[in-house]
Amino acid sequence: MERVKPIPQTETMVLNVGPQHPSTHGVLRVEVELDGELIVRADPDIGYLHRGIEKMCEGRTYHKCLPLMNRIDYLAGEVNNFGYCLAVEKLLGIEVPKRAQYIRVIMAELTRIASHIFWLGTSGHDLGAMTPLFYGFREREKIMDLCEMVSGGRMFPLYCRIGGLAADLPEGFVAKAMEFVKEFPDKWKDYDTLLTQNAIWKQRTVGVGVMTAEEALDWGWSGPMARGSGVDWDLRRDNPYSSYEDFDFEVPLGTRAGDTYSRYLVRMQEMLQSNRILRQALEKLPDGPVKVDDPRVSLPPKEMVYKDIAALINHFKFIQEGITPPQGEIYQAIEAPKGELGFYIVSDGTAQPFRVKIRAPSFVVLNATDKLATGRLLADLIAIIGTMDIVLADVDR
Amino acid sequence: MGIEEQLGYNILTTSLEKLVDWGRKNSLWPATFGLACCAIEMIVTAANRFDIARFGMEAFRASPRQADLMIVAGTVTKKMMPAIQRIYDQMTEPKWVIAMGACACSGGIFDSYAVVQGIDLYLPVDVYIPGCPPRPEGLLYGILKLHEKILKDPFLTQQYRDKLAARREAA
Amino acid sequence: MQKAAELLKKQFASEVVEVMDYRGDTTVVVKPGRIRDICTALRDDPEVSFKYLSMIAALDYAPQSPRFALAYNLYSHKNHDRLTLKTYLESDTSPAIDSVVPVWSTADWHEREAYDLMGIKFKGHPNLQRILLPLDWKGHPLRKEVPQRGDQAALEWVDRKIRPERIK
Repeated sequence: MERVKPIPQTETMVLNVGPQHPSTHGVLRVEVELDGELIVRADPDIGYLHRGIEKMCEGRTYHKCLPLMNRIDYLAGEVNNFGYCLAVEKLLGIEVPKRAQYIRVIMAELTRIASHIFWLGTSGHDLGAMTPLFYGFREREKIMDLCEMVSGGRMFPLYCRIGGLAADLPEGFVAKAMEFVKEFPDKWKDYDTLLTQNAIWKQRTVGVGVMTAEEALDWGWSGPMARGSGVDWDLRRDNPYSSYEDFDFEVPLGTRAGDTYSRYLVRMQEMLQSNRILRQALEKLPDGPVKVDDPRVSLPPKEMVYKDIAALINHFKFIQEGITPPQGEIYQAIEAPKGELGFYIVSDGTAQPFRVKIRAPSFVVLNATDKLATGRLLADLIAIIGTMDIVLADVDR
Repeated sequence: MGIEEQLGYNILTTSLEKLVDWGRKNSLWPATFGLACCAIEMIVTAANRFDIARFGMEAFRASPRQADLMIVAGTVTKKMMPAIQRIYDQMTEPKWVIAMGACACSGGIFDSYAVVQGIDLYLPVDVYIPGCPPRPEGLLYGILKLHEKILKDPFLTQQYRDKLAARREAA
Repeated sequence: MQKAAELLKKQFASEVVEVMDYRGDTTVVVKPGRIRDICTALRDDPEVSFKYLSMIAALDYAPQSPRFALAYNLYSHKNHDRLTLKTYLESDTSPAIDSVVPVWSTADWHEREAYDLMGIKFKGHPNLQRILLPLDWKGHPLRKEVPQRGDQAALEWVDRKIRPERIK
């Protein structure tokens, strides 16, 4: 009979967190090597939602790529389309009318608030706080109602099109949106009182997942992740696009400690700042067309198509072939709720894009999991994944 | 159960069936199986506005051994498929599968090298719910259709159980 | 960004092939040999200070030669400006280039993705493995000769794992 080994004799244990796990926000697998409860190595294994979007874009016209783009970051559906349309418009060298720019900003900020509410609900739920989920979804349903009013789709409105918008806003949208904007700060106070000064929340999030500002830039962090570490950078303010320079808003910064609690505070403040931008955009909404008046890019108006043969032919060729941008390559980045969402589009002069590369923020953020989680307890890994605010379709595309 | 061999298929066993089916349909517990965007609509269905607790289903079990319904919500990729097969095998009988969303029904808009073109190539599906993503009301309608199917489930007859076994083998 | 292009032309005059300016985006095409030195110079120079790597994109220009290209997009927080570095790799059959992971740690997963989907090898990468596709996948799907639905090995991958009786 073998001699039983005397204690203490410890070995590390390799454990699989996911891919089916209630707290991993989707199909993420993290391979952790544990020494008791301490994490020695945390290795994320992604690709369980890799759908091949970049390959599919190469076989389609620019317009047909729009539904694919919506489904990259599914919590903030309109923001991805916004970025893609801006990128293609940069390639074409056109600028959309002011009204379309303001409405795009309104849709982007609405979906930003919706994404942050969802983040608050699910990351609170992971750490044991179930109430913010139900409180937050009350507001999120109102935002989904607004998105549905605009185009019929709740999560994926597909409202931003190349050259402007699909159609003008319906009646009553501005009034309903102003109602939402007016009551949101009070509801925000509800979420704030639940968690911000909560002793349990602070114990679980202060000091967890610390990243200094220089390290954050080195690891490619952007958006609320970088701002939580003290990097003063917001693409809406520093490289403004689509009339963001007309709006007056602050960029909340976290403390230099750069832990989970500071990122939580940054995202909460961002919700209020988005509300502020929404209020200004709704009040100052200009009149005018919503599509750029260029026959190479926009569909002709339907009344003309029924009467005029030239408009009919234009419409037909446009639907069949799509737009043909000139040869060249550009990169356009916007500030998505998760960070810097960038599109690198290479065009070879035909109606199909040659290469569409999507720079997904969650992919880059997840890279640093090993650095953040090593040396912490297993329960902190869940807090870290929650604070990184990853969306697996964004990670895997 | 060997009950029907002794008692035959008569009013006693059919009433027992009705009772058990009614109990099963009223407390189906789904396994958390949200893969992609449809998972968000599933979570919204369980949240305040479209309350799924009215149907007794708010207890989403994390462990498949405690669940009896698998709502495959989202795109099924080839890398994920062996894991899904394993989780399906870990669920205990009786079990049902709902394919929610276009991607689970048939691959959806993703006709590419990395996506399984429909979960019914590998698992026996009971209800298909189309949509991209289906509205929460759509998911609830699909669940109610599944309830109707369960109510008519003649699980005590040998004929039905043979058919079920053959169906599981074929998928 | 013009300052960066000037800097590169001064310090690495032999490596710069072309400077393109399109719709406000500056792209500098360089030779792939000394990419790590070029990137280190761009990061450490106090005037341009490109401390942030946005992305690394792999491109396939088949049937032209050189076939493979890489595009690095850099951002400078000091000047709020971008620069794209593009390099065409020499080999068409087994493309390889130095890894820039020592310069920016974020290049780790970007390079793994380029290896996974396009087959470009990075010399000096700490962990060059497939990241988005399963580890035993054959082929590199983003290349132009692979059809969108995948080749035969891709179609059979799941059956091989869980339904071996379906493969004749």
